[in-house]
Amino acid sequence: MDQQNISLLNFPENKKAKIIGVDGGVGFLRKLQVMGIRKGQEIKIVSKQPFRGPITILVCGSQMTLGRGMAKKIWVEVI
Amino acid sequence: MGNPNVGKSVVFSRLTGANVIASNYPGTTVDFSKGKMRLNKEHLEIIDAPGTYSLTPTNKAEEVALKMLNEADVVINVVNATNLERNLYLTLELLEKDIPVVIVLNIWDEAQHLGIQIKIKELEKILGVPVVPTVALTGEGIKELVCQIKNAKTNEKIKKTSEEERWIKIGYIIKKVENVEHRHHSMKDIIADLTIKPITGLPIAVGIVFLAFWIVRLIGENLIIYLLDPIFYNLYLPLIESLSEWIGQPGLIHTLLIGEYGKEIVFEESLGMLTTGLYVPLSMVMPYIIAFYFILSILEDTGYMPRLATLVDNIFHKLGMHGHGIVPMFLGLGCNVPGALSTRTLETRKQRFISATLLAIAVPCMAQTAMIFGILGPHGLYYIGLVFLTLAVLYIVVGLIMNRYVKGESPEIFLEIPSYRRPSFMTIIKKTGMRVRWFLREAIPFLFLGVVAINLLYYVGFLGWLGNILSPLMYGIFGLPGDASIAMAVGFIRKDLAVGMLIPLGMNPMQLVIAATMLTVYFPCVATFVVLLKELGIKDMLKSMTIMIFTAVVVGFILRTILLGF
Repeated sequence: MDQQNISLLNFPENKKAKIIGVDGGVGFLRKLQVMGIRKGQEIKIVSKQPFRGPITILVCGSQMTLGRGMAKKIWVEVI
Repeated sequence: MGNPNVGKSVVFSRLTGANVIASNYPGTTVDFSKGKMRLNKEHLEIIDAPGTYSLTPTNKAEEVALKMLNEADVVINVVNATNLERNLYLTLELLEKDIPVVIVLNIWDEAQHLGIQIKIKELEKILGVPVVPTVALTGEGIKELVCQIKNAKTNEKIKKTSEEERWIKIGYIIKKVENVEHRHHSMKDIIADLTIKPITGLPIAVGIVFLAFWIVRLIGENLIIYLLDPIFYNLYLPLIESLSEWIGQPGLIHTLLIGEYGKEIVFEESLGMLTTGLYVPLSMVMPYIIAFYFILSILEDTGYMPRLATLVDNIFHKLGMHGHGIVPMFLGLGCNVPGALSTRTLETRKQRFISATLLAIAVPCMAQTAMIFGILGPHGLYYIGLVFLTLAVLYIVVGLIMNRYVKGESPEIFLEIPSYRRPSFMTIIKKTGMRVRWFLREAIPFLFLGVVAINLLYYVGFLGWLGNILSPLMYGIFGLPGDASIAMAVGFIRKDLAVGMLIPLGMNPMQLVIAATMLTVYFPCVATFVVLLKELGIKDMLKSMTIMIFTAVVVGFILRTILLGF
């Protein structure tokens, strides 16, 4: 991954990004894909809960909450 | 079938007229319901399945959905019009199967409101099956759906393919049929932001939960004082007194129906079917049940629950679950049975085990809570606070311990957050009514059974013997009179009746606190027990029961030491 690609975990709130890839096994990828989290989609972080709490994102027109371990595996670039 | 929270249960109710609980959060339906509808003199059986994102299940509720699919002749695929792209994945998977499909494009009103335009004719042409736009909440489009059910088709052109191919296809479909206009930030978005950002969201959450319980107590208390007690004491008591005179002699009949002959009738203590057996469920418990489910229904239908789950995820993660664990807990505060069922939405055995065990240990159902208010209320709020504080501490401490020692994984939260909806007053009333009726159907037979069992067991001398033999144990360890063990035994049948049985024992408030807490912790009522046994299996249930009883003994002893001294 070069400089431009950052993990969603380290991406600031309220800025738009584009998903460029997701790490993980087939099951994990499918779980994310069917919720709209896949390559090419626009994504935005709505909120981050404190103390390593979950992250709420906006993708594909709907919001969802996911844990930081998952967010870490989602790679994005600024748009 | 369809994704979670797209309104399958609402469509189902509209089609069959059957009443099922629907809410604005994913995972309301965890089991299937069957209903019938007539179509041109034919009887169709409609099945409401739990939501699933794909045909590869990730939890127990989704497995149920898949099982249903194999039994079906036609699939009514409910799709969320505001989120077509994601919903189409399941649709394509369904079309690849050899089963006729009709598509319901639900939440059509909100899609239009959001500026999402979908060309229905075009979508029908591409998918090759009927597509019906609906607003199931208001019933719009349901008639058209009924007409189209018989036109459900298979699409031979859509062949089984890889995931990748499906997404490419979806991209192509979306480009062809959907057009999204820009829209402005609405009031709903602002509220949505405020309630999920930690800085504002956490204080709001605390406020909402406190407000909710305050209103429950306010409604419950006033219903009792101004409606139900007057009815029971002014209208019903004279009737029972005449009945007592008419029977006119002591004996089993008088004892079973009213209570001991010749004693003054006290609704809480007489232990007759027509006295305590009706007064406890109808006047002491039902008002709180009404109040609780009214408020819960509002919280559910607005879409607040998943936001609350997000905010508390951190705490629940330390207890071996994730934020969604708050749903079984909240439902359990009403009745442990639906609470236990909703543990199915958690992904792993570890999560379900912890959630179910904590539910049984530390979450008193509303029937029990109402009775605790009833017996401790006169002594002061402080004592009620003690019971609930103890239970809250237990929930956390036992959760922390189980998280450490229960084997298995507890995956992170992954939960869709629905947009806010203004709940309809009529729907809330209907939903509350359904749940209250359900409570009465469950509670009254069990209470009658309980009253009969207690009287018979007293009659043959068993309960007296039990009280005597356990007396040194109860007093020695927990500082309670021996007869409190009778209440514990009754707790197997109904917790509310059991708490009621503490009244005539003449205990001081501290002893009442100990007894009420132990009654909550030691074992679930028989109805919950049956559900838990089914959900967890015998082996895990035995483990869970061991934890419950052990916890009850330890807590009883600790409370006794702190509150009564040694």
